[in-house]
Amino acid sequence: MTTKRHEQVGLTDAQVLDMYYYMLLARKIDERQWLLNRAGKVPFVISCQGQEAAQVGAAFALEKDRDFLCPYYRDLGLVLVFGQTARDCMLSAFAKAEDPNSGGRQMPGHFGGKKYNILTGSSPVTTQVPHAVGMALAGKMQNKDFVVYASFGEGSSNQGDFHEGANFAGVHKLPVIFFCENNKYAISVPLKKQLACESVADRAIGYGFPGVSVDGNDPIEVYRVMKEAVDRARRGEGPTLIEAVMYRLVPHSSDDDDRVYRTREEVEEAKKKDPLIVFAAYLREVGLLDENTEADMLARVQLEVDEATEYAENAPYPTPESTLTHVYGN
Amino acid sequence: MAVISFIDAITMAMREEMRRDPNVFVLGEDVGVRGGVFRATNGLIEEFGEARVIDTPLAESAIVGVGIGAAAYGMRPIAEIQFADFIMPAVNQIVSEAAKMRYRSNNDWNCPITIRAPFGGGVHGALYHSQSVEAMFTNVPGLKVVAPSTPYDAKGLLKAAIRDDDPVLFFEHKRCYRLIKGEVPEHDYVLPIGKADVKREGTDITVISYGLTLHFCLQAAEKLAQEGISAHVLDLRTLYPLDKEAIIEAASKTGKVLIVHEDNKEGGVGGEVAAIIAEHCLFDLDAPIKRLCGPDVPAMPYSPPMEKFFMLNPEKVLEAMRELANF
Repeated sequence: MTTKRHEQVGLTDAQVLDMYYYMLLARKIDERQWLLNRAGKVPFVISCQGQEAAQVGAAFALEKDRDFLCPYYRDLGLVLVFGQTARDCMLSAFAKAEDPNSGGRQMPGHFGGKKYNILTGSSPVTTQVPHAVGMALAGKMQNKDFVVYASFGEGSSNQGDFHEGANFAGVHKLPVIFFCENNKYAISVPLKKQLACESVADRAIGYGFPGVSVDGNDPIEVYRVMKEAVDRARRGEGPTLIEAVMYRLVPHSSDDDDRVYRTREEVEEAKKKDPLIVFAAYLREVGLLDENTEADMLARVQLEVDEATEYAENAPYPTPESTLTHVYGN
Repeated sequence: MAVISFIDAITMAMREEMRRDPNVFVLGEDVGVRGGVFRATNGLIEEFGEARVIDTPLAESAIVGVGIGAAAYGMRPIAEIQFADFIMPAVNQIVSEAAKMRYRSNNDWNCPITIRAPFGGGVHGALYHSQSVEAMFTNVPGLKVVAPSTPYDAKGLLKAAIRDDDPVLFFEHKRCYRLIKGEVPEHDYVLPIGKADVKREGTDITVISYGLTLHFCLQAAEKLAQEGISAHVLDLRTLYPLDKEAIIEAASKTGKVLIVHEDNKEGGVGGEVAAIIAEHCLFDLDAPIKRLCGPDVPAMPYSPPMEKFFMLNPEKVLEAMRELANF
């Protein structure tokens, strides 16, 4: 019998099945949003496809309702684990008043919500990194013991805010996890034109804390390195930079055409390592998934996505006049 | 009531707020053991410790960005930008983040940060220690921009900024720090952000200003009074959002308006003030709206005659006021 790798890292059978459920839910929400976009029903989609394993693996190492997230626009899998629902995501896609991120004000992918412990985010990339550091600083000042998780792409690891934030967190030994989802492309620009160092993880050296590179297609490995980083942070030993390496399986967004900058062969090759396929194979190997359980899970996810889509499509828009509200609090 | 300097009023406000609320803390370059390069945070680290008076790494975007994260969590950070000229690396954090957090989250999150920045020239600071950068931020809904001119206003407005639930950019004219002294109560008081203040009542001409040049206007008004000309002087105090009512009232009162600021003229705050008056007071005006401002050059040069040429002074203001009165 195959060694149960997940047990070695402290994950139960139920937990890995849950992980797969969240990965599948993220993928199916994402796929539905593309369909809705191509049908002219939602203006914009930004995808998580290919990054679900890293997002869900990372989220499982954190504590919901205790730790805080400063995510980036691809983190659908992450925010689902932290409590956002398929309905929330569809309300955001349709820009409806009930969208928990922004009440329909922001494009999809701009996650946020106090009730989920997710800080509101913007479009200029990497601005959330210093915010995560500031939240961790606040936690330290108030003697709270939460960890703050900030994620971003490999292209974003070039931004000043990454370096300024990482340096600040290193100096103050703050409980922050810097999680880079290296999907090999910053829109159209490949990794080799973005970084001269071997890996994004190498960048941690300059800030005096560990940098770890991990296979982002393997949620168990991502969980393992995340758990170590979270434990370090909780012990007061400071931040960690984790680079999860994966591949963006679809174009940058619904407005992008990736055929002009990468070959179909390259994409097809990457699809063989699609984290959903690889993880499902593992779960079958260890006897946790069979045809029936898989079909049941898929049906459950499809139903959630269908219901969410229908609800969001019929939900009211914000009123036009509400454009003027919430500029200031007083 | 004690007479203290502008900078001591700033320090007093921060000290009082830090004593009142444990969530208030200071972060910036050299704000700790050095007490700030202008000494605005003098004595704070001794009283509150290095956990609440944080000497940050030299990186402005992090000073503001880390402050924003802490503010969103519920702290009340006072971020010091050493010179307003150095605020540029933090503009993305101020404009894209702090100013938009409440709006973009549909009132779920907010960002009660105060960002202090010494601005203005006349201190041999040359191009990069003399700039007035306020106009870059007076077009950003979600942000409040304050620029007091007196120690009394500085204390009351800084305390209001710290207690405000939204981000406030607080500009302090560095020439005012030790030059301007005034009576400041030792007790707790706050002044409303968004309200201008009549600093001198008058009937012949209206002068609208803020910061150091407000004092030039008051000195010139004193001299003009000896010539029998009565000047009404309005201190904007808050540059965004502007106190439109007070501007309209002050302009309508005399029908002759001079707007004075050290920042360069084109695109400066005075243009918006003039637009408000043009929109609302056209039939009350007895003369074209006049502006006296810094020249439209990139920044203030170092060489003394050039700096003197750039800077306004009471004489230049007096001449402009007299000219307007005689129109």
